[in-house]
Amino acid sequence: MNIVVCVKYVPDATADRSFDSSDSTVDREGVDGLLSELDEYAVEQALLAAEESDGEVTVLTVGPADAADAVRKALQMGADKGVHVEDDDIAGSDAAATSLIIAKALGTLEYDLVFFGMSSTDGTMGVVPTMVAERLGLPAVTYGSEISVDGSTVTVRRDGDVATETITATAPAVVSVTDQSGEPRYPSFKGIMAAKKKPVEELTLSDLGIDPSEVGLDAAWTKVLSFAPRPPRSAGEIVTDEGDGGVKLAEFLASKKFV
Amino acid sequence: MSEIFVLVDHVDGTVRKTTGELLTLARRLGTPSAVFIGSGADAAQAYLAQYGAEKVYVLDAPELTEYLVAPKAEALAELVSSKQPAAVLVSSSAEGKEIAGRLSIKTQSGLITDAVDVRAAGDGVETTQSVFAGNFTVEATVTTGTPIVAVKPNSVTPEQASAAATLEPVSVTVSDVAKGARITDSKPREATGRPELTEAAIVVSGGRGTGGDFSQVEAFADSLGAAVGASRAAVDSGWYPHSFQVGQTGKTVSPQLYVANGISGAIQHRAGMQTSKTIVAVNKDEEAPIFELVDFGVVGDLKEVLPQATDEVNKRKG
Repeated sequence: MNIVVCVKYVPDATADRSFDSSDSTVDREGVDGLLSELDEYAVEQALLAAEESDGEVTVLTVGPADAADAVRKALQMGADKGVHVEDDDIAGSDAAATSLIIAKALGTLEYDLVFFGMSSTDGTMGVVPTMVAERLGLPAVTYGSEISVDGSTVTVRRDGDVATETITATAPAVVSVTDQSGEPRYPSFKGIMAAKKKPVEELTLSDLGIDPSEVGLDAAWTKVLSFAPRPPRSAGEIVTDEGDGGVKLAEFLASKKFV
Repeated sequence: MSEIFVLVDHVDGTVRKTTGELLTLARRLGTPSAVFIGSGADAAQAYLAQYGAEKVYVLDAPELTEYLVAPKAEALAELVSSKQPAAVLVSSSAEGKEIAGRLSIKTQSGLITDAVDVRAAGDGVETTQSVFAGNFTVEATVTTGTPIVAVKPNSVTPEQASAAATLEPVSVTVSDVAKGARITDSKPREATGRPELTEAAIVVSGGRGTGGDFSQVEAFADSLGAAVGASRAAVDSGWYPHSFQVGQTGKTVSPQLYVANGISGAIQHRAGMQTSKTIVAVNKDEEAPIFELVDFGVVGDLKEVLPQATDEVNKRKG
């Protein structure tokens, strides 16, 4: 089975993330980037599915030059080859344009299953997997917390707000996975050395037959008007429990009419 | 006034509170029409009337609910094409966002997710979002197509306004391409007797500091009529089910009151609760980052503080 796993290079979620004041896009200069933590779970499930079926895993990313780091990390974990779509005209693309680029890039590859993380850790929309599926006319089994692949059938357990569902689809299909799907492996020393020799294909918009006017900030279907840091919460009252902490807590809640 | 679509979030006709919130927001933009997909529209009609839906489009066919979201998105897209509403509001749940994502591509329309406010602006809409773990507020607008906005639960207090809620059946055909992901089994979440986590006005959460025993957290939650949440550390330790996890990879909550017990307040957790109106924490470690967010904090052992607080709350309720 041929597997593609789509990954995103994001600003480190534990750093002070901000916006670029010139165009209101995510600031990718001021903060170190890395493979989105949630995509590591997708890489893990892609590797497991490929191991089961003796298949190959291709890691696909769309992003600036530094996004090669995200591809490399997935190769170190065990993916076989990489595809990196990079073009200056992609900067500022929204979810819809990103899904167009991914869909076109998938068109150059052979795949049975396409894995995604449940969302990125920066934009956190979680809509790109379904948008890609929509563009390619593929079924999407999403937010999988337990994934099994049997022949050409993929089945996931999805823990929704009101029910736990079992969803099944036949390849080719898009699959997105949660952080409950299984701990991602760490790259081994051998994996790190082997990754250096693995091929990474670099593609531009023209390689994919995409006109630059279809993507990037100017083509976005939504526009950020303004951004502002959230005002710091005013310092609250902190008491140390001296045997009456519970009563003081209840008194505070009563003063705010919660009791 | 222009027509605003509200996709009804319901379980077999029992409408979830988020729908009342969406209808309240829709009334600020124009005339709300509810879009009801699945069976049970008759049962939902009274609620939808109460919150101001003038019309209820009823899309009911077995294929709409036997498969994951794609048929719903297809049916909604057809209705959007024929009625040309000024905007479409959906709940920012996993299912709501997926329907919205497919609708966005089908109708070539801009999508904004996780909005905490929507208002009319010019001939379109403007939204407010809270991003980067709640550290930034972003104002945005849709520039292309029919604005689609996924709104977070608890973003607005539902306000009643009576309307006709006239049921209008819409015939539906589902294409084969939308029937790719079949739902083969569905087990309703076991009833806890507590409010649903994302809808609750008060959430009481436990973390590593519980040591695995959530009984004091649950008792305190029950005294306040609250939902129970858990940190990722507690869930990863197997102490509480994942469906109760609050944080970046779990549920995002924005209740009137959030009480964090034995939770340090790592960015992962803050991302899921930072927009709560009032925040209270109980933690043994006075250096815990959660105390930077609180309106009121108790440095102490939750095993002692919570039972006392529970007794005091129950006493005050008389």
